Amino acid sequence: MDLDVTDAEEAFRGEARAWLAAHVPATPLPSLETAEGFAAHRAWERRLGADRWSAVSWPTEYGGRGASLLEWLIFEEEYYAAGAPGRVGQNGISLLAPTLFAHGTEEQRARILRPMARGEEIWAQAWSEPEAGSDLASLRSTAVRTDGGWLLRGQKTWSSRAAFADRAFGLFRSQPGTPRPHQGLTYLMFPLDAPGVTVRPIGRLDGKPAFAELFLDEVFVPDADVIGEPGAGWRVAMSTAGNERGLTLRSPGRFTAAADRLTALWRANAAPSDTALRDRVADAVIGARAYQLFTYANASRLASGEALGAESSLNKVFWSELDIALHETALDLLGPYGALADDADDAPEHGSWAEGYTFSLAGPIYAGTNEIQRDIIAERLLGLPKGRR
Amino acid sequence: MRFLLTAEQREFGRTLDGMLGACGTPSAIRAWASGDAKPGREVWARLAAAGVFGLAVPQEHDGSGLLPVELTVAFHELGRHAVPGPLAETVAAAAFLGRLGDGAAAAALLPGIASGTAVVSLCMDGPYALDADAADAVLTVRDDTVHRTARHGPVQPCADPARRLARPLDGVLLARGPAVTAAAAHALDIARLATAAQCLGLGRALLDGTVSYVKERTQFGVPIGSFQAVKHRLADTLIALEFARPLVHAAALALATDAPAAARETAAAKVAAGEAAYAAARTALQLHGALGYTDELDLSLWIRKARTLRDAWGTPAECRARVLADPPDGN
Repeated sequence: MDLDVTDAEEAFRGEARAWLAAHVPATPLPSLETAEGFAAHRAWERRLGADRWSAVSWPTEYGGRGASLLEWLIFEEEYYAAGAPGRVGQNGISLLAPTLFAHGTEEQRARILRPMARGEEIWAQAWSEPEAGSDLASLRSTAVRTDGGWLLRGQKTWSSRAAFADRAFGLFRSQPGTPRPHQGLTYLMFPLDAPGVTVRPIGRLDGKPAFAELFLDEVFVPDADVIGEPGAGWRVAMSTAGNERGLTLRSPGRFTAAADRLTALWRANAAPSDTALRDRVADAVIGARAYQLFTYANASRLASGEALGAESSLNKVFWSELDIALHETALDLLGPYGALADDADDAPEHGSWAEGYTFSLAGPIYAGTNEIQRDIIAERLLGLPKGRR
Repeated sequence: MRFLLTAEQREFGRTLDGMLGACGTPSAIRAWASGDAKPGREVWARLAAAGVFGLAVPQEHDGSGLLPVELTVAFHELGRHAVPGPLAETVAAAAFLGRLGDGAAAAALLPGIASGTAVVSLCMDGPYALDADAADAVLTVRDDTVHRTARHGPVQPCADPARRLARPLDGVLLARGPAVTAAAAHALDIARLATAAQCLGLGRALLDGTVSYVKERTQFGVPIGSFQAVKHRLADTLIALEFARPLVHAAALALATDAPAAARETAAAKVAAGEAAYAAARTALQLHGALGYTDELDLSLWIRKARTLRDAWGTPAECRARVLADPPDGN
């Protein structure tokens, strides 16, 4: 057992650190949930992509660096420690791309991954529907066979980034009346400006259009944009869902960097006698370290050929609760400034704590609610009997 | 980086688990609580034969040299089976003597610790020595002095009946000076590491015992383990234990390399593992219902141990303060 990194990994860290030091904007970008902020983040995504830092773990032919899982973790640590902007390309890079690597065709990878890595095409996810949140098997939007492709009809909702993104991916029911609800689903990609697509932005708690409803009326999708076998979309999508709640969506670097910032905030602001706040800061530091080490252990397991399964549900519950606790503690440390919205002139640290707090509140809700994750943990890891939810 | 136990380390844990399972620790725990240390000492002898106590004893005194990772593997199993006695205290005493650099004091106790014939209590974080009545020696560290004694005041009943607390009495001065302070700081880290690992194993046993129970116990015509409220409580118990584990392993690695961060890492591990075990005990009690509230239930021995282990060798508040004690640019 060891936590040692190789000279090559240390060199990779140094290269990433130097690039970030030279390129991270001195002033944080505006919120990526606004038109102005989205454009600024898109430009940053292009900057990253130009020097092959947008998707370091991808093969070089698609714009990556062929980095190992551990190198990716190292990059993320450096990225967040440098205070670099949030990733507007995340849905595509973390959720769609792993699915394309696993189930896509060579033509799809060649056509889709490079523009994604260069930040030229920003992707939104279209998983949820008004009647299907964590229960994806109850999806109702349909894909009906037509000449050379499919016609999409229905409604998607809570689509992150969809207000400003270029394209979306999701599951559609292509064979109605199958014996089991997760059968007969097809995984498809479509442009958000295609004829028949109406995008209605939905304001988040803070009013910013962080997600959107999508109304689909006979939207044509060519066969080339089906991922995997038609009707087998559930199995294809599950590899994406594991990514979403597991390693890739929330890398430990984000939390270790936030815990460091929180500790600095505490040293600067807290009364030494306030042990209640001190304990919460310590718990955030301990939690971030635990998450980092748990991820190292999982990375070691993956590197030795083991597969991860329901363990990703442990991750999801842990980081989402850590994220909220960390930001709540920061707002308490900020006292009267903690009440300011992120775009207030007086908001401390350019509103990053306020913005992060709002974002953290969604964690236990998306990517499969924490209630669903706890059911998975209890049934698959502890062997408890299934019951009515 | 390979942040996983080796096959040998895992096999060591499995061997201890099997051996302790065959010992039937509940009867030894109950005897220990009533002042009869004999069955417990027999368990200790078997652990010593398996090399457990030698893991903190230098090689020149018949040990294996300090092996913190193996120590966490062993203490996980000791906690899982709720083995009674001053376990963390004995290995911390060994680490203290090994670090002290006093040849005579070390030669007098360390070979016995390694062989299981010397049960040693170490008293440095409060008024009471643990299990002084069953110990062959008590080492008491106060400021920069360390005394050795076998005498103690009356045994005070403890919230965990298998923990027997007594004030150590006078004794012989073994050493004085900065070497004592440095050795005590090292011993504190070892005690926290061993206690944290014990908490992990204790919490796992509480979780496993409760999972078995809720699969069997029916209410409203179905096993209570099918209820979402029950499942979610157990899921949270597993999450807390699973995320405490890597902290314990990292703390062991820090101690193995004498890293400057060792004190901070052991404090973090102690907080997380202690709180996880205590939460596991609360869950076990709640889900066993009134049965969990009885001392007839063997699992109640585990339930009552969780709170005292959580607070031994640094309360959560003390350990949290230690986590934040270093300057921001320190290690």
